[in-house]
Amino acid sequence: MSLLLQMFTYPFIVRAFVVGILVSLCAALLGVPLVLKRYSMIGDGLSHVSFGALAVALACGWAPLPVSIPVVILAAVVLLRMTENSPMGADAAIAVTSASALAIGVIVTSLTTGMTTDVDSYMFGSILAMDRADVALSVALCAAVLVLFVLFYHQLFAITFDENFSRATGVKVGLYSTLLSVLTALTIVLGMRLVGAMLISSLVIFPALSAMRIRKSFRGVVICAAVISVVSFCAGLTLSYLVSTPVGATVVIVNLIVFLGCCAARRLKS
Amino acid sequence: MSGTQERKTWIDCRDVSLGYEGRAIWEGLNFQVRSGDYLCIVGENGSGKSTLLKSLLGLLRPLSGAIVRHVDLRRGAIGYLPQQTRAQKDFPATVFEVVLSGFLSGSGIRFLHTPAEKSTALMNMGKLGVLELKDACYRELSGGQQQRVLLARALCAAGELLVLDEPVTGLDPAAALDLYRTLEYLNKKEGIAIVMVTHDIRSALRYATAILHAGQNRWFYGTPEEYLASPYGKRFGGERA
Repeated sequence: MSLLLQMFTYPFIVRAFVVGILVSLCAALLGVPLVLKRYSMIGDGLSHVSFGALAVALACGWAPLPVSIPVVILAAVVLLRMTENSPMGADAAIAVTSASALAIGVIVTSLTTGMTTDVDSYMFGSILAMDRADVALSVALCAAVLVLFVLFYHQLFAITFDENFSRATGVKVGLYSTLLSVLTALTIVLGMRLVGAMLISSLVIFPALSAMRIRKSFRGVVICAAVISVVSFCAGLTLSYLVSTPVGATVVIVNLIVFLGCCAARRLKS
Repeated sequence: MSGTQERKTWIDCRDVSLGYEGRAIWEGLNFQVRSGDYLCIVGENGSGKSTLLKSLLGLLRPLSGAIVRHVDLRRGAIGYLPQQTRAQKDFPATVFEVVLSGFLSGSGIRFLHTPAEKSTALMNMGKLGVLELKDACYRELSGGQQQRVLLARALCAAGELLVLDEPVTGLDPAAALDLYRTLEYLNKKEGIAIVMVTHDIRSALRYATAILHAGQNRWFYGTPEEYLASPYGKRFGGERA
């Protein structure tokens, strides 16, 4: 117990909790429409795009976030616009983009700086290395994501459930899809700092999947996913502090355990 | 629907050509959908039925001519029943949530549905016999029940005109008959105009007041009787005649 209390005396851990809770909340909320629209892999794809953009930015000596945020937003808008009717399926498009961006990132890195700690931290997260500016930016972006999600909750539900119906009844489907893409892109870029490019997509997918096992209403799923995500993050970060495991991977494992628990709960019920 | 009331013309197609990239699939199309009408659009696959449907919904501009919609329909007020997608069959949402989502047209930012919207939604669910399923999960319903829920949602979007895209596809015969009876009720008793794309020619001939047949670059529009007497009808609807 004293060990736990001692944990909160370190300012870098407190910062990690603040940013982590906000990012996992955003990721969980956006994850529900993304998973339901069959875009589960978007997080993976975008994080690799972000990695590519960061590698180029580092090589050129530019600030990483101002470069990667617009690039990732652009990729998100393009990928989420791909519907089943496009010549190349959305899953193929995501896979192609993801692999290409990763390859570009790796080549640029090897030709210039080599695998520095910077690059490593983007691959696997550097949540404990967040400074004040990082925290301020994360809080602002997360607040924007949360406010927009709540304001446009009904529209997001409608376009997730039935795009064709929404379009026919005059809902601006394109506008809200773009909104969803931009929010997703912001969350992914922030989440990368947290758990890294390799693991961020799990923050998007797991809570939504877990909540879908045990809740019947859309609102219930959204709220449940948010709670699961935040609780799993806090548990994961605490656990990683106690047993000295990498933060990102520990959070993912906690999410996996919750998911398996939810699957079991559903099976017991039926 | 009282007989003395003037029948509104919801959709008026005037010499319309439809198609993609300048290549017309439909040419010189003229017909009207008025309140109380029950129009069935039939024809082979790939004959342009979906293109026509998209245009009626205002999602595709005609190449020439005009599709004039009644002023009351301007705010996107068409009750549309699309074909179900794969993702929908496994969607975690309650019946009430789905039905309420019909009210979105034209609305901006807001957190809650108004009490008036809620009571209209409940009324529409009552009309379609899904009121007791209000809190049930959409994905756990049968195919027929899901279609009724989506119909209730369509009625929330528009109480005067329903556009249905192959509504009985995938339903078992009993559920299909059930759905036809419901539509007949909405059409006859409530005066709701119905436009339906269908492959079920027997039921189309039985319930419709007008048939629009899509063929290769040609089309036919008329009453079921006229249709059966036409060359299209003789070939397509021959079994009944």
